[in-house]
Amino acid sequence: MHDSRLTSTASTQVLTADHAEHNPALLHHFADAKQQKNAASLGMWLFLVTEIMFFGGMFCAYLIYRIKYFNAFAAGSQQLDIKMGAFNTAVLIVSSVTVVLAVKAAEVGKRKLLVGYLVVTVLLGMTFLVVKGFEYKEKFEKHHVPGPTFNFTEKFDDNGRQIPVNPKEAELFFSIYFVMTGMHALHMIIGCGLFGTLAVLSWKGHYSPNYFTPIENAGLYWHLVDIIWIYLFPLLYLISRHS
Amino acid sequence: MAQQKIQQEHKEHETQEEHSTHSHLFYIAIGVVLLILTITTAAVAFINLGALNPVVALLIATFKAGLVVLFFMHVKGASEKLTGAVVVSGFFFLGLLLTLSLADYLTRSWK
Repeated sequence: MHDSRLTSTASTQVLTADHAEHNPALLHHFADAKQQKNAASLGMWLFLVTEIMFFGGMFCAYLIYRIKYFNAFAAGSQQLDIKMGAFNTAVLIVSSVTVVLAVKAAEVGKRKLLVGYLVVTVLLGMTFLVVKGFEYKEKFEKHHVPGPTFNFTEKFDDNGRQIPVNPKEAELFFSIYFVMTGMHALHMIIGCGLFGTLAVLSWKGHYSPNYFTPIENAGLYWHLVDIIWIYLFPLLYLISRHS
Repeated sequence: MAQQKIQQEHKEHETQEEHSTHSHLFYIAIGVVLLILTITTAAVAFINLGALNPVVALLIATFKAGLVVLFFMHVKGASEKLTGAVVVSGFFFLGLLLTLSLADYLTRSWK
């Protein structure tokens, strides 16, 4: 124990000298701030992998039923509002840019800019949810919500050919649609809460160029939720749209 | 000697860290590319490519996801190799889930 400490004295001096003095956020069990940051990032990525597998199961169910009941899935997809879906995709992409700019602002210690980007991110997230709400409202009005009142008489428009579909199969498409977009929306709500909290904490000056790991990790979460939507948009909205 | 070497390594780490973030303009440019690709996906869906329609849609989506992972989530230029391994393993197991499930469901010719 003592021997190893003696031999490593020189290196620990070099490694800690420039951090320990001015970084109160550095926990004592990490060698330096960089190691602490890497550990937090690794943990966040492990969580994101569980998220990928969680949504992966739903994507798998989607794929199997899409292949099995393709006509019903196409007919259901043709009932979704492509403009709202594309608009929401754009909103999420812009929000991902504001998140990455927030991380950048935190890195250089521009507090007001950081708060600004975080607030804009929350507003964009809320815009997404409001548009999603209008889409859900339309589904309720058209009785396209799975359950006792579900009613589906639309046909699959295959290059002008009108193919009737089994309403039960269409109901399955809308079940998958609501579960996947609903879980995604839940993640968006959590994300908005997360970034709202970070905005308040940033305003109070909790973060500095020496320590802004929570902003980076929340950013990773937000980007993953963005990526899930990047896949959901073509898979749900764009089945057999050509004529 | 040892001190010098460690100091040198430390400096290398620092420069690596600087490489992992980009300028504002770079991030906005990536965002613009992502927006253009979104419009492209929506537009291509209305062109009849037969069986290739979903393939093109998924390729564009995967390219977009790749841009986000590499540049927004800073996987490209990450100094920790272990993080990269975790990211790759996530997509590997997702691929395993999808391919093995479909290998089952797509080959049930007796049904």
